[in-house]
Amino acid sequence: MHIPDGYLSPSTCATLYAFAATGWYSALKRIKRMLATRAIPLISVLAAFSFVVMMFNVPLPGGTTGHAVGVTVAAIVLGPWGSILAISIALAIQALFFGDGGITTLGANCFNMAVVGSFVACGVYRLAAARSGIRSRRRVLAAAIAGYVSINAAAFVTALEFGIQPTLFHDGSGTPLYAPYPLHVAVPAMMLGHLTLAGLAEAVISAGMVSYLQRADLGLLGEAGNLATGSAPIPAMVNNGRSLRRLWWAVALLLVCTPIGILAAGTAWGEWSSADLMNAKTRAQIEAASGNHAPPVSVPTGLQKLSTVWTAPFPGYAPRFIKSPAFGYSLSAMFGAGLLVVVSLTARVIGRRPNARNPRP
Amino acid sequence: MSQHSFIESTLQAFTGAFSKALQSEHTANQPGLLQLLDPRVRVIGMLALVVSVIICRRLDVIAALLLTTVLIAVASRVSLVSLATRVWFVILGFTGLIALPALFLIPGTPVFVLPALRLSVSAQGLRTASLLVLRVETAATLTTLLVLCTPWTHILKALRSLRLPAEVVTMLAMTHRYVFLLIETANQMFESRQSRAVGKLPGSEQRKVTARTAGVLLSKSIELSHEVYLAMLSRGFHGEVYLLNDFRMRLRDYLGLTAFICVGGLAAWMGR
Repeated sequence: MHIPDGYLSPSTCATLYAFAATGWYSALKRIKRMLATRAIPLISVLAAFSFVVMMFNVPLPGGTTGHAVGVTVAAIVLGPWGSILAISIALAIQALFFGDGGITTLGANCFNMAVVGSFVACGVYRLAAARSGIRSRRRVLAAAIAGYVSINAAAFVTALEFGIQPTLFHDGSGTPLYAPYPLHVAVPAMMLGHLTLAGLAEAVISAGMVSYLQRADLGLLGEAGNLATGSAPIPAMVNNGRSLRRLWWAVALLLVCTPIGILAAGTAWGEWSSADLMNAKTRAQIEAASGNHAPPVSVPTGLQKLSTVWTAPFPGYAPRFIKSPAFGYSLSAMFGAGLLVVVSLTARVIGRRPNARNPRP
Repeated sequence: MSQHSFIESTLQAFTGAFSKALQSEHTANQPGLLQLLDPRVRVIGMLALVVSVIICRRLDVIAALLLTTVLIAVASRVSLVSLATRVWFVILGFTGLIALPALFLIPGTPVFVLPALRLSVSAQGLRTASLLVLRVETAATLTTLLVLCTPWTHILKALRSLRLPAEVVTMLAMTHRYVFLLIETANQMFESRQSRAVGKLPGSEQRKVTARTAGVLLSKSIELSHEVYLAMLSRGFHGEVYLLNDFRMRLRDYLGLTAFICVGGLAAWMGR
């Protein structure tokens, strides 16, 4: 999954450096705040650990072997922010010192494996482990699932990056200038190896290590982030009231601003319905918005068929029982935002770690 | 899979890492063209050339850049055999394999047909595969050349002078140092496990051995970080990181920097 130089265009590399830099900046800020002077040696040594684990040849069922990234264990023990830094530093050493992965693609590699991998691993582990006891077998299973899903999520993002290259970067004769395969080739090709070998290797090493730590070093599986001293709380678990309050204000402000959306005229490009394709006025708008390319004469069969599968309760952000479009639009926004808040609060309750019922030794 | 091949291949990976590090250290201390230049010039110069390789869209310009890189390698006393085994053959095997189907999958003007398979190679497919392989070969050679001709500590100092945060540079330096310590520790654990193994280990046991070793290594890493932290505190560390910057630019460094930027800029312009 280590992308070498030359597979991605300069603009893709720059964009992914920017994405990764956002993760590095936030992670460094949070880790320094939580661990203060302890952060540098802790992250450095754990980055070295991640580096070494990446070299392990993990025996897999079927007699073959594979390499793990170690991102799941890092995310479970350090939390997502610590994991982002440790894995990124390990990847930087691999690229700069051992030539494994490119320099221009370092941002992409860090984004895929460190940022996406850490967050997916942490989220899936917490969701799957739920409130289970710290010695529970469910945690071993949760680590395996988190390992498998996180590596495949990282591989999927990598495949998307490869897959968009020929569409976006080709010369006049249609020759792809960077990674040559489109999405329909890049995604299955990339996922095949990760759904079988690499995902399994990460699952095996994550589950095996959690199982080992349950017997030998339970402290590392406790409230993550306590690993160094038993005192420092995990950055991701800290309930920072001030930040939350700011977030609520931002959400409220966005809700107040929702009627601005009504000012946008027409339908968003590519979001046309069957009715839009049949209507002469909207057909003219589609043609104008598509560089004077006329839309198909009849509604494509697939679109026609699928358009009846699901009917939204608030089609077009306009509930049928409300006559004023502006009020309906605002109400839809409030409903949507409220639904998201409820879902995230539910996920938080489900994913909350075991508390006093499962005390650490 | 032979009974302990997973241990042996892991041990081989460890040995390979040590060998690469030793080779880099040896070459970096040889007198040569790149070694004569200030490390900052080497880092900026090589980075400029890598970026120009990525920007280039013309095969002949990228080939010219590869030739320039080879000439720099010869002038810097880097063995071409080691470059071939460490970079060129590895890239050719990996990227070549990835690029191969592009010859047939990319639609375009047919150049020739493989009679046995009835597959036609398109001009566009041939060009995209060549572009990919040549670009990856050139960029990887440049990066390897930088690593082979510059001690790691100098690369880090150069990165610091390029405004990389001091904390990040310190973490990179410490990680690099402890990578080798942890490799040595893991190496000893695997060797001792292998020396005690009698008969064939079943697959599940092999997985347990790997997971246990990784688990013990994690516990040792945490302990090590405690010890390093205490050692840092005992030396008066209070969160601020200071790095010495004793590099001095001379006339030849300015000339080298100008040459790198000119070559990189020219290649990027010609290869548009």
